Parts: sequence; C-alpha cells; structure tokens
Amino acid sequence: MVFDPEQLGSSFYDLLITQYPHLSPGRPIPWTAGPSHADASPLAAAVPHGTTILAIRYAGGVVIAGDRRATEGYQISGRRIEKVYKVDDWSAMAIAGAAGPCLDMVRLFQTELEHYEKLEGTPLSVDGKANKLAQMVKGNLPSAFQGLIVIPLFAGYDARQREGRIFKYDIAGGRYEETDYHATGSGGKDAKTAIKQYYKSGLNEHEAIGLAVEALCNAAEEDVATGGPDPNRGIYPTVKTVSAAGIVDVPSERIAPFYTAFLEKRRER
Amino acid sequence: MALPYYVSPELIMQDKAEYAKKGIARGRSTVAMEYEHGVVLMADNPSVSLNKISEIYDHIAFAGAGKYSEFENLRKAGIRHADMKGYLYSREDVTTKSLANAYSQSLGTIFSQEIKPLEVEILVVGLGEGETSEMYRISFDGSIFDEKLVAVIGGRSEAIMAHLKQQVEGPRPLPDALKKGLEALASVGQPELRLQQMEIAVLDRRRSGRKFRRLSQAELIDLSG
Repeated sequence: MVFDPEQLGSSFYDLLITQYPHLSPGRPIPWTAGPSHADASPLAAAVPHGTTILAIRYAGGVVIAGDRRATEGYQISGRRIEKVYKVDDWSAMAIAGAAGPCLDMVRLFQTELEHYEKLEGTPLSVDGKANKLAQMVKGNLPSAFQGLIVIPLFAGYDARQREGRIFKYDIAGGRYEETDYHATGSGGKDAKTAIKQYYKSGLNEHEAIGLAVEALCNAAEEDVATGGPDPNRGIYPTVKTVSAAGIVDVPSERIAPFYTAFLEKRRER
Repeated sequence: MALPYYVSPELIMQDKAEYAKKGIARGRSTVAMEYEHGVVLMADNPSVSLNKISEIYDHIAFAGAGKYSEFENLRKAGIRHADMKGYLYSREDVTTKSLANAYSQSLGTIFSQEIKPLEVEILVVGLGEGETSEMYRISFDGSIFDEKLVAVIGGRSEAIMAHLKQQVEGPRPLPDALKKGLEALASVGQPELRLQQMEIAVLDRRRSGRKFRRLSQAELIDLSG
C-alpha cells in the first residue's frame, strides 16, 4: 500500500509510471531502441492493428463508431475486435493503431478517470479529460517511433455547455477539438469524405447514426483494413452515443437497417 | 554523560494507545449495517464536503473516524492500492480482505514505529459473493476485527454498538435499517439528530459495476418521512 505523503497527486497514470516504470505506455523496447521510421519497423506488420474510427456531432451529443476488423499485415487477425469504449459515465473513446497498446491505453484511461473521481470526489472536466489523454498519447511517442502507434478519438458530454464534444489527437500528443466530425485510421480518409458529403449541422441522433454507419460502409469498400458489416456472422460496427443520457450502445438491430439501406442505394445506381 | 531515562515498552505502548483512543473518542460516530441489498454506512457528519465515507472500489467502501487529515490519507492510500491492483491484475482480484489486511499492516507499523500514533479508527466494508457482506473494523494500532451485521467506529462507539446489537437481528429493508441506525446514534446524547444532517451511502448489490452510491438530501428527506 502506498502511504507516502510525498505522493499527493490524483493521477493514476503518474502513479503507475513512478511505481511501475516498466509498465508505463510508450517505454521503448530496448532491442530496437532509438527512433526508426514506423513503416520500417517489423513490429508494425507483426502485431494486430485496428483501423477505422469516427465521431460525428449531432444536436445534443456525439455518435462515436468504429469497424470491427483487426489486421496483421495483409492478414485479418480479428473480425470482432472492439475499438469504441465507454471510459466513464459521460465519455467514450475510439482507438486506431496497434491493437495491444491501444487497448492498454483505454484501460489506463478508464482507470485514470475513475481514480481521479474517487480521490477528488468529483469527476474531471471534459477539457481535463481530453488534456490527460493528450499527455498519455505523448507518453507513447517512443513506441510510436517503433511502429506501435496509438491514435485515439475522444468524445465527451459537457454537462456545463450541454453539448457533445469531439477531440482528435496526433502521435505527438497534439490535441485538437473538432466542431463537426472526424474520422481516422486506415479508412479514415474514405469515411471522412463520405461524412463530408452528407453532414449538416443540427443532425438528429437517428441521422447521425445513419451517417456513421454509411461512412464506415464506404470506408470498408475502399480500404482493405476496414471491415464492413457482416450479416452472415452477425457482425456490425460498434456505435455508441454520448449525450445527456450517458453512454448508450446502439444495438445491431438498429444498425442493420442502415446497412440494408446503404446496399439498396448501391443497387439503384 | 547523563543516561536517558528507561521507559518500559509496555508503558510506551500504553501511553500511545491512550493518546490515540482519546483523539478518536472526541469525534462523532459512524455506523455500518448490513441491509436487504448490501451495506449501508451512516456518518454523523455536519460537514457537507469533508466526507467520512468513501468509495474505494467496485464493491468496497471506506469509513473513517478520528482525525480527518489522517483517515483521509488512509482513504487515498486505499484507493491507490485498489486501483493499482485492479489495473495490474483484474477488477475481480481486488478483495475487501486484502485491502483490510493492507490497512492493518500499515496502521500496525505506524503505531509501533512512529512517535505519534494515528488517531483513527476505520471501517472497510465490502460485498461478497451472493448475499454475503464483509465488514472489517481496524483500530489505530492495526488490530483488525471481523464484524457481523453491524459495526461502529469513533465517538462513543461501544455504547452505540451495545444499543444496536439488541435491535438488529438480520438484514432489513433500507428505511428500517436507517431508522435503527439513527436511533442508535441519537441514543448517545443527541436526541435531535436527523437523517438529513447525516452522510449516508450504500453498497447496493443490485447495481452493476460500481456498487457505491451516496444518498442525496432529497432522498434522505423522503426516507425520513
């Protein structure tokens, strides 16, 4: 048990890196120490990677979604991987990049927010959460140089401003707030193009969910690393809403009709 | 050279214990009781923001009596211990017993090694498998007691315990448990005590994930009817 008056912080991340430095994210792997280009690293193709994630703002909240495929080089290593996670009662995050470090970061961020809330008796503000995540991404920079990139997308409901907010990140820990939508990962560009075509401000929740599903279907058509809906296996993208109602999972039954409509539209062409 | 006076270890411990006991008895009491759906914690606490009861982990809660700064430090240490264990292993590996033991070790070490013992008494309560609950009372010297049905710390804890022991035979519905707890706390010279003036929280087995919940002022007014 840590009973150390010197250790007065409320951050779990800081506690972890002081107590267990070998477990802190971003610690470079000794045998490949030193910067190398991400593409040149053998790690990049040897570990599973998660791909397309996106977030769209609508009136009263944010839709955050991701496909379900993980790839190892040209192989599909997972069809049912989860890339969108609830982190606390009012925020969710999606992750793209090397799956292992991504999932580690989700777990660490979930613990971080709960830890702060319990110690301080009050949750962090949305900006506070977004900044803390930026520090964690920045901490991962040494690993990113070795090819283990983690790119999160963060969505939080701001109870004070009564609206959903989206934050995107770069590998150096840069934190940027997006006012409308964002998509990233290997199929991110295709998803973003699709959203751009149909997005308008003041969408309702239903429209935003439809747009998210359609964007992911578009990305799956163009990008090999993005998995589209798979009705035979019953696999659909993960979609969550972040609003005054908290973090709500959108069930596959609600996603399937959007996929059908998408196929219908394709057939009509 | 003057020789230092010899003081027997027995006397040192006795003095320390007396000092700590005095500090703890000066404060107000906190009661923990098993109820129908888990454990309810009631603290006679006039402050709205300086809490005596806190969440530690999914199914574990903490209550402290005595010196605020000291049990607050213990509370934080407990949250760090539990969160770290849950992160390194898994959430289900964080157990009430292991946390209570860690507290007992820390308090024991401080009592025997530091000049000033901690003037605190703490409760570590947790929900177990099925319908069971665990309640550990840990004293300033690290001694640990496994309590059943009810546990009381701080202030005139023995008198309150004696009162409650007669009243409570098994877990009751929440309003009933609150009534018994209030009566017991009021029995030691505070007849005007009201539920609304207390800090009350439950570990509710029916909740998913984090079981700890504070009862709001509005709920307490409803419950006190």
